[in-house]
Amino acid sequence: MAKKSLEPFLWTLFSAGGVLAALLIPIHLFLFGLAVPLGWAHPSYEHLLSLLRHPATQGYFFVLCTLALFHSAHRFRYTLYDGLQIKHLNEVINVLCYGGAIVGSVWTVYLLWRIP
Amino acid sequence: MNQTPIYTEFHSRWYRRRTSTYWWLRRPSYLAFILRELSSLFVAWFVIFTLVQIQALSQGAEGYQRFQDWSKQPVVLIVNLIALFFVVFHAITWFKLAPQAMVIRLHGKRVPAAWIAGSNYVVWALASALVAWIILGG
Amino acid sequence: MSDTIILHVARYRPEIETEPTFQEYQTPCRKDWVVLDALNYIKDKVDGTLSYRWSCRMGICGSCGMTVNGEPKLTCAAFLTDYAPGPVRVEPLRNFPIVRDLVIEMSDFMRKLVQVKPWLIRAEEKPLSEGEYLQTPEELDEYKQFSMCINCMLCYAACPVYGLEPHFIGPAALALAQRYNLDSRDQGGRERMELLSDHTGIWGCTFVGECTKACPKSVDPAAAIQRYKLKAALEWFKSFLMPRGTS
Repeated sequence: MAKKSLEPFLWTLFSAGGVLAALLIPIHLFLFGLAVPLGWAHPSYEHLLSLLRHPATQGYFFVLCTLALFHSAHRFRYTLYDGLQIKHLNEVINVLCYGGAIVGSVWTVYLLWRIP
Repeated sequence: MNQTPIYTEFHSRWYRRRTSTYWWLRRPSYLAFILRELSSLFVAWFVIFTLVQIQALSQGAEGYQRFQDWSKQPVVLIVNLIALFFVVFHAITWFKLAPQAMVIRLHGKRVPAAWIAGSNYVVWALASALVAWIILGG
Repeated sequence: MSDTIILHVARYRPEIETEPTFQEYQTPCRKDWVVLDALNYIKDKVDGTLSYRWSCRMGICGSCGMTVNGEPKLTCAAFLTDYAPGPVRVEPLRNFPIVRDLVIEMSDFMRKLVQVKPWLIRAEEKPLSEGEYLQTPEELDEYKQFSMCINCMLCYAACPVYGLEPHFIGPAALALAQRYNLDSRDQGGRERMELLSDHTGIWGCTFVGECTKACPKSVDPAAAIQRYKLKAALEWFKSFLMPRGTS
């Protein structure tokens, strides 16, 4: 059997992350990027912390963050190929894009682990 | 006829055009494509922003206050506004293309593309409402 | 005069010039005329040296694809009045080498077309005496859309990925492969898979979607490719669950 390409696996992560990003990121970004800083909404610190302590929330953020990172890495990799025509650098690009996603995923796990 | 046609990749008299580095400026639809692809950067930005927020929440009320002060800075607000535009653009284009990528059959009949796209928007609205309710309510 | 129109036609005569130039022609602009009629008028009455391909004049043969005002079009279906008052810019299809004037070099596409094996592949042919291979209307519906391709190559001209990466198999050939993969009579899916799931196959596609917009026959190559990606991904996971059974 020929050497297995990782492409189908990476594409699956890209697609799953794309669905989650489309459904969930706009509302998160609107709430914490705009609504809260501009004073339109006031969720209390205690409420947010108690939410974050719930294992379901932690599982949710783990899935959302890691898949969104792999979605982003996969798409950005092709943007660099096509937009800048630097496909000859593909090994460097792959390491930077997916490596970044792996580092980000590890960081996510670490932060969720440390929640008091 | 010859079974394997002789194909010369470089014929001296053919004129070959190289695709310009700025090919995505040539047509509005190409530009929309590249903007759609660039939404990936803002998805990554969202993850970083969220991780910083989670870290701040773990550092106690004071740490979270510092995060809130930071997120009120005009630069951060503007970046988040741009990011919101891009992730919404990602969502709309994603829902629009979804029916092309999948065929769903009900009772042996193909579900029309508009239904799939429409149901995506319904799920989007429900998911957003649920997230907002959990974060703000309670 | 309102009943004439100006055409700016790309010329490339390799014996006298090193890159294409534009030549201006004035032709009648009749209501029932398409760009191809104007080119034929030029060829007959004005300048017999103009070279271009055409045959059927009715959107079946797929020979008269050119770039009209920047868009890949079948010139037999591009009405002059839609471009009035003009001028109309007529160029050869993008992303292909130019042989002469509006004539492009297509052997790259012809090679790729054969590579995807666009014919029915059977593990074993049943004897004639057992009759034909029957198909239900639903089974026909599954692939019919992808079988409408006339090999006009407008999708290749519209596809930026093909422009950037000439090794990309490209929209029409991938859609045709999918046409046979989805045919209930075909058993060649596995044979085609290795080529199709290469990085020059479906994974080269970034779903720009321009091929589908350019297609004069509503084939929707972009959909064919994305659906094949989904299938290839499922196969990939399946091969872990059943490492022996599948290949």
